[in-house]
Amino acid sequence: MAQALPDHPDFLWRNPEPKPSYDVVIVGAGGHGLATAYYLAQNHGITNIAVLERGWLAGGNMARNTAIIRSNYLWDESSAIYEHSLKLWEGLPAELEYDFLFSQRGVMNLAHTLQDVRESVRRVSANRLNGIDAEFLDPQQVKELCPIINIRDNIRYPVLGATFQPRGGIAKHDHVAWAFARKADELGVDLIQNCEVTGFVKDGNRVIGVETTRGRIATEKVGLSAAGHSSVLAKLAGFDLPIQSHPLQALVSELHQPVHPTVVMSNHVHVYVSQAHKGELVMGAGIDSYNGYGQRGGFHVIEHQMAAAVELFPIFARAHLLRTWGGIVDVTLDASPIVSKTPVDNLYVNCGWGTGGFKGTPGAGWTFAHTIATGEAHALNAAFSLERFVSGALIDEHGAAGVAH
Amino acid sequence: MILIECPYCGPRDETEYHYGGEAHVAYPENPNALTDEEWGRYLFYRQNPKGRFAERWVHSAGCRKWFNVVRDTATYRIEAVYRVGEPRPTLPAAERLRP
Repeated sequence: MAQALPDHPDFLWRNPEPKPSYDVVIVGAGGHGLATAYYLAQNHGITNIAVLERGWLAGGNMARNTAIIRSNYLWDESSAIYEHSLKLWEGLPAELEYDFLFSQRGVMNLAHTLQDVRESVRRVSANRLNGIDAEFLDPQQVKELCPIINIRDNIRYPVLGATFQPRGGIAKHDHVAWAFARKADELGVDLIQNCEVTGFVKDGNRVIGVETTRGRIATEKVGLSAAGHSSVLAKLAGFDLPIQSHPLQALVSELHQPVHPTVVMSNHVHVYVSQAHKGELVMGAGIDSYNGYGQRGGFHVIEHQMAAAVELFPIFARAHLLRTWGGIVDVTLDASPIVSKTPVDNLYVNCGWGTGGFKGTPGAGWTFAHTIATGEAHALNAAFSLERFVSGALIDEHGAAGVAH
Repeated sequence: MILIECPYCGPRDETEYHYGGEAHVAYPENPNALTDEEWGRYLFYRQNPKGRFAERWVHSAGCRKWFNVVRDTATYRIEAVYRVGEPRPTLPAAERLRP
């Protein structure tokens, strides 16, 4: 006789049918979309919100990133928004009542050439002027913090030092999404999966609703938060975005005993790696060069980062690659995000975070919620408007982005 | 590994090439006559379709010539390769490769 299944664990959110209308519709239930809905409710008292997701909740880039959190960007504008995000991270496990294993184990960015060293010292100085924790380490100090790293000088690009942000680290990305989703749902936000936006309803130049695969939904305001699919949505809404969508691959090894105590990123010997709580090495490197929405890329990109990883961490040579996958990253020419009004009234866009969106999850949500709620940018995202692509006031963060474009 | 047929050399692995982004973007005839918006559009805006995309590649490890490709950015399937100066070919309606 068949046994009854054990009780299903508590669902973390309802799955309601979409209502005919809402005050705000967020398109994209990734980390940023969910955080935006949460902060709209929490900070602005706006709860009549639907977050529409064409796939499954947080199944896009939020499921596929390498989970690195830091705020060590160069320019004042970027470091401000990323540092605000980091400060929010520090309070989130308690605020969302969810332990998503946020581990502030530090983030190291290695220097392998004299120019790397100059740029590193410059960025450390810039960070410290902005009140962000940063130090420059010499090779011996790098080795003390990360004993498995190879600092010998008999390789092509030896380690000459590193920047170090002690408050940086990692978190379990799926759990972060579920933490925001659960709280947003508790506050009254409708999270609606399997609901793809197929068009926008406008009254003149003002958006008044969305067409979806589950019917038309009227709304006062729309916030686009769909990362790699932002251009597709913008085109449906009648405007363009200065982004290109590329594959970005990542991978994990099998589970191993803890050997890697921190997060290490290298631009020059290109790879970034951490070891997750349950033991897998989590690694990534640069984007695939061509535009792509396939959530996959070429294996030669993986081979290159394996070579980099094994040169920097000889002990990894015994590890086995378990799985590779890809996401779709929306990159801007200055490697900085777009959190902005758009040419369409009451339609706002959060995109362009490219290869570095995960660390910005709370900061993006906070500022995008403010922008949607008030109709104006928050001080922290004012510089990240579409206007900078007219004025030329770009915020070039290719160095600090740490991911080859 | 995408296999790309260079119109001059024949089929080669994608690692022999360098990507050049959207094809058929003409340099403005008179940049000084453009408004900031128009110049910004030329500098920073490119098409970013999910589907067929006319793009440029250069055969860096071979003949080092530039050429154009129509490739589906969702499936990565190459549908046409044509030389610089040739018009973008008209292709039949795209078949759905996935249900």
